Amino acid sequence: MAATTTTAPVAGPLTRVRHWASGFRHRDTWWAFAFIAPWLFGFIVFTAGPMVASAILSFTDYSIIQTTHDVGLANYRSIYDDPYVLKALRNTLLWTAMYVPSDMILSLFLASLLARIDRLGSIFRTIFYLPVMTPTVAVGITYLLLFNGSYGLVDRALAIVGIHGPAWETDPHWIKPGLVIMLLWSVGSNVVLYLAALKNVPQHLYEAASMDGASAWRRFKDVTLPMISPTLFFTFIILTIYCLQVFDQVYTAFYYNPGVAGGTSGDATLFSVIYLFQQAFVYFHMGYASALAWMLFGIIMLVTVVQIVFSRRFVYYEGEAR
Amino acid sequence: MSGRWKRVGVALALLGLLVAVVTTAASARPLSKGSSKATTLNIMGFGTNGDDVAQSRFALAKAAIAPDDVSAPNGGFNDQAFLAAVASGSPPDLVYMDRAKVGTYAADGALQPLTSCISSQHINLKQYRPAALSQVTYKGKVYGIPEFFDVRTIIADYSVMQSSGVTLKQMNTAHPSTLLAAAKKMYQHNGSQVTRIGFDPKLPEFFPLWAKVYGVDILSADGLHPHLNDPRAIKALTFAYSLIKAQGGYNAFLTFRNTWDFFGSDNQVAKDQVGAWPMEDWYVNVLAGSSPQVHTLLIPMRTLTGKPINYTSGSAWAIPKGSKNFKDACTWARTMTAVSTWVAAAQNRIALRKKSGGVFTGLRTANIDADRAIFKLQPKINSWFDQNVKTLAGVMPYSFSIPASPASAEFQTAWMNAVTRVLQGQQTPKQALDQAQTEAVKAIKAASK
Repeated sequence: MAATTTTAPVAGPLTRVRHWASGFRHRDTWWAFAFIAPWLFGFIVFTAGPMVASAILSFTDYSIIQTTHDVGLANYRSIYDDPYVLKALRNTLLWTAMYVPSDMILSLFLASLLARIDRLGSIFRTIFYLPVMTPTVAVGITYLLLFNGSYGLVDRALAIVGIHGPAWETDPHWIKPGLVIMLLWSVGSNVVLYLAALKNVPQHLYEAASMDGASAWRRFKDVTLPMISPTLFFTFIILTIYCLQVFDQVYTAFYYNPGVAGGTSGDATLFSVIYLFQQAFVYFHMGYASALAWMLFGIIMLVTVVQIVFSRRFVYYEGEAR
Repeated sequence: MSGRWKRVGVALALLGLLVAVVTTAASARPLSKGSSKATTLNIMGFGTNGDDVAQSRFALAKAAIAPDDVSAPNGGFNDQAFLAAVASGSPPDLVYMDRAKVGTYAADGALQPLTSCISSQHINLKQYRPAALSQVTYKGKVYGIPEFFDVRTIIADYSVMQSSGVTLKQMNTAHPSTLLAAAKKMYQHNGSQVTRIGFDPKLPEFFPLWAKVYGVDILSADGLHPHLNDPRAIKALTFAYSLIKAQGGYNAFLTFRNTWDFFGSDNQVAKDQVGAWPMEDWYVNVLAGSSPQVHTLLIPMRTLTGKPINYTSGSAWAIPKGSKNFKDACTWARTMTAVSTWVAAAQNRIALRKKSGGVFTGLRTANIDADRAIFKLQPKINSWFDQNVKTLAGVMPYSFSIPASPASAEFQTAWMNAVTRVLQGQQTPKQALDQAQTEAVKAIKAASK
């Protein structure tokens, strides 16, 4: 039997514009705009303006002081020919693939532990969150101290259990894993988010699952994960964007010596934003750096869209029809 | 009660405002009244918080431009701030920067040639060391007045040499195999960990010095033609890397080096953690302060033919394009680098060291005449220390530098990354330097357009 459905008439663009404009007849609308005006001003001047400027500059050979010429798509063609762009992109994607799941799994694990603690919960929440407040530059310096191969605290700890630790700071194969471990200490913000999500899972769902004989793993897989999937998805997107833009800690740890323009770790920590920064502020190839910035923007946008499309299969929002 | 506090608050605010207005007016008065023609020289990269040598020269230069005033905010030269200032049409009148950057900024048109400054102030260019002058000369024009002059020699820990049975004759870069044997003798380890580096070639930073040992300049005198994959440069890197390979390999070697207390009293020399390594002369000053009792020897680096060499770098004064106070800027640069100024600064330091019981380790400048005069003032300390000061002075005439280039930062990145790739075992010296040569040629070509 064919189902009969009635659909509401879809408003055309003109109707929507008229509807939006009609709002300005109300005094409250003006007040609302007055309140958000400072933010709008800041956004236009400090975000949208520079974005438009960099889009224009990406088609020039702007280098701050020399005469600027239009170069058409030459900067974008140079990106294609520049082997370091591919190297930086490969490093960035590899680092992202290593960090994002590690952060999410560890955060969820810690949040699950915290969810079971009643009395000292707030103290532990504070302890886990404290590293988030640490300046990223300090994290970079701490990395050098903790992860010194042979003599750092990490390798000394490994030596106690009979493991000869790697050279985290100099061996190109271990630099990225070392950075992942180092940055994992600031998982606190995600722990807090996951904890809130875990506490919002209705208890009766667990009770029903238990009555049906579901094991702890099944309860986690079929109740917890779907119910907290919007939060997981949110952090997945945010972490991915953060990783694709990683800069401060790596720059502090490996590019701190102003006399060493190329850094001290070779190509192993040449991430996309580091390369972009070098082109812009070490070599002053502002036009090329702008093109690199837009390439990175495009990649982040693409990755995010792909994530959103795939999320439809995995993310469950309460109240929505599946 | 609250009304009373409100009145007190308002009264205090008004009083504060009054004080601010009066103070501002008072401080503005001399400018508007007494010296209507007096101007201010704006300097970038050289503040007033330097050491005694900087401060005594600052005072003399300030007197030289009087009644004009000087504004010199603390903090080193900042490329981004400088370029932004030039681009916005309000550059500083004078900048103090690394000589290695002068060529790039000259090629970009951010600096102006000092031809008229040199002639109007009767600055004798012959008094400056050629290696320093070549760093500030671009396409035949001088863009900077050279100031300090780094000297790089081998610093050897005498007690390590003695205990390892290494003689001074063996610490000679003219004989690589002998040096390698000496390095192995001084090197110590406890299984997987390095506990003492015998000889640290100081890679990647000192690669230009090793290339020169093997007889090649990595950049042509005009700064336009890199010689990074010259067979001699490849041999130099191969040898310098072999020193590291023979002493635990790069990872163990570098991780140990990173643990050194470089500026403290437990430094690597005081703790016998290193036998010898090439280093800038400023570190002699550090050692004199942190561990004066440690017996060190300074040994010149030599080419394979036995000629002493010094890889130098240093600072310079330059005048940006659009400087609004060219005359004062020029006077300042001349005064800061004049023989009499250097001598006065040296005398002041000698007096200060005498007062505090410290050691005067000399000043090494880009001005040959100043160095001669300062050397005469050098007090005798002890036989080995006096010999070290003589060694530094003796090696200065054999100096070379990386010439001014329109793409100095890109050039440096190319060879530094190449050496790092070799150290990390990713490429052979030939592969790495071939790649660096291609990158450097491309960067210089692009910057020369």
